[in-house]
Amino acid sequence: MTVAIRSGRSPGRIALDRLRRDPAALFGGSIVALFVAVALAAPLLTAISGWDTQTFDKSAIDRSLGGVPYETFSAEHWLGVEPGTGRDVFARVVYGARISLLISVAATAVTVVAGTAAGLLAGYAGGRTDTILSRLMDLVMSFPSLIFMLALLSVAPDANRVLLLIAIMSMFSWPYVARIVRGQALSIKHREFVEAARVGGASGAHLLFRELLPNLSGPVLVYVTLAIPANIGTEAALSFLGVGVRPPTPSWGQMLDDSLKWYQVVPSYFIVPSLCLFLTVLAFTLLGDALRDALDPREARS
Amino acid sequence: MIAYLGRRVLAVAGVLLVICAVTFIIFFVLPSDPALHACGKTCTTEQVDAVRAEMGLDRPVHEQFAGYVAKAFTGDLGYSYQNSLPVWDLLADRLPVSVSLALGAAVLWLSGGVLVGLVSALRRGTGLDRVLMAGTLASASVPVYFTAMMLLLVVVQHFELLPYPDYVAITEDPGAWAGNLLLPWLTLASLYAAMYARQTRSSMIETMGEPYIRTARAKGLPERTVVVKHGMRAGLTPIVTIFGMDLGGLLAGAVITEHVFGLPGIGQLTYDAIFKADQPVVLGVTLLAAFFITVANLVVDLVYAVIDPRVRYA
Repeated sequence: MTVAIRSGRSPGRIALDRLRRDPAALFGGSIVALFVAVALAAPLLTAISGWDTQTFDKSAIDRSLGGVPYETFSAEHWLGVEPGTGRDVFARVVYGARISLLISVAATAVTVVAGTAAGLLAGYAGGRTDTILSRLMDLVMSFPSLIFMLALLSVAPDANRVLLLIAIMSMFSWPYVARIVRGQALSIKHREFVEAARVGGASGAHLLFRELLPNLSGPVLVYVTLAIPANIGTEAALSFLGVGVRPPTPSWGQMLDDSLKWYQVVPSYFIVPSLCLFLTVLAFTLLGDALRDALDPREARS
Repeated sequence: MIAYLGRRVLAVAGVLLVICAVTFIIFFVLPSDPALHACGKTCTTEQVDAVRAEMGLDRPVHEQFAGYVAKAFTGDLGYSYQNSLPVWDLLADRLPVSVSLALGAAVLWLSGGVLVGLVSALRRGTGLDRVLMAGTLASASVPVYFTAMMLLLVVVQHFELLPYPDYVAITEDPGAWAGNLLLPWLTLASLYAAMYARQTRSSMIETMGEPYIRTARAKGLPERTVVVKHGMRAGLTPIVTIFGMDLGGLLAGAVITEHVFGLPGIGQLTYDAIFKADQPVVLGVTLLAAFFITVANLVVDLVYAVIDPRVRYA
């Protein structure tokens, strides 16, 4: 009889194996992959469909009825046209995915880098540095963030909306990462392996980046997968309220804002971008939940 | 306890002061000329200057700020640039709408969310648990705009079950008040209830695994008592925290929900003020929102001392 011997697998390896066997993770992962592929291939897809984001198709809308589209979905316009103008919805949704993913992923990245830096510093340095940084985090977290983002974005210069959105969205979310990282750093900085490195004469930088940082990757990774859907929602909300990306750049939130005038006549016009938002948010959440379970050492190992 | 309370109230005042300062700076450092907005596009340079002087915008920034803070603490938030009404009156006018929206929705999502979470936790691993959790996951991912427009389309337009939402004060006609707010309540509640159900489930599962629950069962208490008196008291404390923060945030206006349903609450006031660069109104709303959030946090901490015997404040 042969006995399968499970040699020591690294925690990362275990997590990956668990994810591969989790149907929810696979489902979420494939939808995420699909949307990323669509966003990357946007120019190719619109070349195939034959309509770009800006061309007004006057023949697709009934101008005597104020621009109501003749058909909801058609072979010519796969997801219909924008009421009033006749612009192709498929092209706008596909390019909207680009904006949505670009902004949410970039904002999450900035948040994580800034939050990890602040959290590590606060947890590692302790003392007065910790007090000041922790007070700052508390303060930022008590800001009414949506109202503040609205106010900031409405008075900000109109230079580069995408960069501006990324900066402003990260400005209010870094404390959440910093808190997680600080707590983790506090709990491991006096563990034996760190002390051993310190006694061995390791520099401060070595302790920070080689001893502490690798041990923080788990919780931070879970935060990332759950922050991305939150940021997708925020970007859509800001564009919906008119302070996000500016036309002619298409975005899902903008389409939803526009669809408010048409929801009774052309329901498909709000259903399509809503569905995109729903699917991406759901997919990232599924992935994040699965990742959290996979990284949890208390879960039974299989 | 008194000393703790005093410190916390001071901290709240400090946070509000900082938020007030930051909001103030946003509108002075960043280019935006309220005088131009107030006067209109046809104004000559002299007229704009006159308006600026009249609004006190030609004085040094620190003087304006000191004046603003001094007045704000006596309840005077200045006047709207658009219609010259006192900001305080505008806020007081709109507040009942936002409070009605937030409280009604909160009742729905708390009862619904906690119930679903409890059932799911107690029936952990069964088909029912899986169905409920899949449902909450989906429900939490549905965008607010979709819920709102779909409800309007189906309930109001197609089946004509309810009129298009139009705020009626509760003092005028409680029936019409509830009828008009039902759809906005459902919109907000479906989103929050899902999050609360998930939170309740995980927290209850953790609590029910504690040794003291085993002890309670071992001494022969009926399961109902174990769950209700021993499990829920500890299992639901995290819910109190997130409830305080969510409610605090919503009291100062659910901008998107109010905008889609056309409800004249604080959220809609914010939306309008921001696009008209109506600085006193934006400042007023921001302060009100910050006030609700910080006070909600304070209340949550105090409530903790009552419901959780492990927490004591020195």
